[in-house]
Amino acid sequence: MYQDKKLIEISEKKKKWEETTLKKTLERFPERKKHFKTTYNEEVKRLYTPEDIKNIDYLEDIGFPGEYPFTRGVQPTMYRGRFWTMRQYAGFASAEESNKRYKYLLEQGQTGLSVAFDLPTQIGYDSDHSMSEGEVGKVGVAIDSLKDMEILFDGIPLDKVSVSMTINSTASILLSMLIAVAEKQGVEQEKLRGTIQNDILKEYIARGTYVFPPEPSMKVIVDIFEYGSKNLPKFNLISISGYHIREAGANAVQEVAFTLADGLAYVEAAVKAGLDPNIFGKNLSFFFNAHNNFIEEIAKFRAARKLWAKLMKNKFNVTNPAALRLKFHTQTAGSTLTAQQPLNNIIRVTLQALAAVLGGTQSLHTNSYDEALGLPTELSATIALRTQQIIAYESGVTETIDPFAGSYVIESLTKDIEEKAMKYIEKIEEMGGMVRAIENGYVQKEILNSAYETQLSIENSEQIIVGLNKFTVEEEHNGTILKVDPIVEEKQKEKLKNLRKERNNDEVKKNLLKLENAAKNNENIMPYILDAVKSYATLGEITNVLRDVFGEYHEAVIL
Amino acid sequence: MNKIRVLVGKPGLDGHDRGAKVVARALRDAGMEVIYTGIRQTPEDIVNTALEEDVNIIGLSILSGAHMKLCEKVLKLLKEKDADIPVFLGGIIPEDDIPTLKEIGIVEVFGPGTPLETIISKVKEIVYSKKA
Repeated sequence: MYQDKKLIEISEKKKKWEETTLKKTLERFPERKKHFKTTYNEEVKRLYTPEDIKNIDYLEDIGFPGEYPFTRGVQPTMYRGRFWTMRQYAGFASAEESNKRYKYLLEQGQTGLSVAFDLPTQIGYDSDHSMSEGEVGKVGVAIDSLKDMEILFDGIPLDKVSVSMTINSTASILLSMLIAVAEKQGVEQEKLRGTIQNDILKEYIARGTYVFPPEPSMKVIVDIFEYGSKNLPKFNLISISGYHIREAGANAVQEVAFTLADGLAYVEAAVKAGLDPNIFGKNLSFFFNAHNNFIEEIAKFRAARKLWAKLMKNKFNVTNPAALRLKFHTQTAGSTLTAQQPLNNIIRVTLQALAAVLGGTQSLHTNSYDEALGLPTELSATIALRTQQIIAYESGVTETIDPFAGSYVIESLTKDIEEKAMKYIEKIEEMGGMVRAIENGYVQKEILNSAYETQLSIENSEQIIVGLNKFTVEEEHNGTILKVDPIVEEKQKEKLKNLRKERNNDEVKKNLLKLENAAKNNENIMPYILDAVKSYATLGEITNVLRDVFGEYHEAVIL
Repeated sequence: MNKIRVLVGKPGLDGHDRGAKVVARALRDAGMEVIYTGIRQTPEDIVNTALEEDVNIIGLSILSGAHMKLCEKVLKLLKEKDADIPVFLGGIIPEDDIPTLKEIGIVEVFGPGTPLETIISKVKEIVYSKKA
């Protein structure tokens, strides 16, 4: 970006500065630490200058917003046109309780819904299954059948509010329930807007809510792509998620690398099944973490966007710009929040959210300050939402696009993260792709190593966490934590019992049998799941049918 | 003295195993024999493994809020099998649940941010005081 002559001059002057001005100061005032490091263990330089971006070509590497390689953002006007979607992840206890929270959040100015399901729902167990004991309604809302889903979205117009659902191994069933509820509201499928997470690979790596082995799981995902690209043109059919990979302990480079490698695996599977990446590529979306290191995080988002565009273009010959764009949702980093001095978490979340906005996110969840203690209360959830609104309306960072572009350090780190992530991706390809790399435990081991190193660096105070290993105080905890009443589980079981009595059980049986045959004959299972759901077959019953056909996955334990 | 044998278990459906794995590795680095069960274990699985492996102590990790029911079950099964193995717990555990957990027999609860050193020394303390 600079003329050679100018660069030589800068280099000479920098040397001079180091030998004179800097040297004198260092002699008198040594620096705080011997090494300043990125999360991926690379030295952070004292000073970045035009020399650090001399190999970056503005038009090739950075370019303009809304154009390849999309480093500066996926839309031509970004937040000048419209803010990101403010989408708080919420859901707990019963469909009734969660419906109330959604309406409250929408009244407070939230612009999209994001549904948190409880673990039994995520893993395909009905609330009365023995594995569900103690878990019903705990980390999200319990959904057993279409009946619960009808209550969940009661009074929420699905043609106006976009709905994101954090659901993976049972995504096909919950998506079918959403379609069925929309139909009952008189909203046609093609008008539905939203996202299903539907990213199974990261479940094997980081989050654990898998049901089936990788191969049939990939088939179900491709089924959803196929069904969705025909019937749900406005819906993101997957949210390829680095969030959980980062929460499991990965560093910034690993987050980008493993997420995009997962993405490549999905695209490959879909292409193999005969789908056109120029078409389904538009319905892919991503999900990243916003961690603590502000500068590094902004660079991470820009690097991910640029790298994905390049990969889609070079590997799959994608030419449709809409299918090259990496659109992403961001959540601030839950694992960085401390149980100690919890109000400090409001400031952590603000910084992380700001990094996401400066990184060009399309949608954002800001964590509540009490999440290291329990479920968010109405107050803490409101503050979290207000944090986004203050960044949007008051900070001024939304007035111009990609304001940190051209910063020597940002551009230098963007390139660095891109290159290092690419090396990981190449290594995974040499192993035979992401499914293989997960099966042989490589990815899990890389993440665990990073997690352990991070913990040790916190323990020896190389890394400072305010309130945890510095500026600590004796604290008394107050009792304003939201807890789910055990009665929820009982009520949910009761509802289920009544449902099984009231519905047409012959029809349920017939539909489940058809689904079984379709799964056995390798047909697209989506239409059959939709029929089963409409006849009020439960989530557990549908999953059982598939579990019998596809088998169940058990992890290889890696330490 | 023989090496301390620890079972690190994740009962219930919660799949967030970073804490369990990091603690397991730290205990191992501190010279203990560590058996990690992996995620999604039933209380029966955990108690059976603990007996088969003849461990000195069990550590459970639960973040989903299901700790009350799951801890109760594990402790009940241990009692039924006449196994005198102390059980400690880590994860997101609300402060006001801790007295009840200790009442039913959980020896120690480690919340988020507990230094590994604290967990290691507490485990040693519990096991050695039992052996003495």
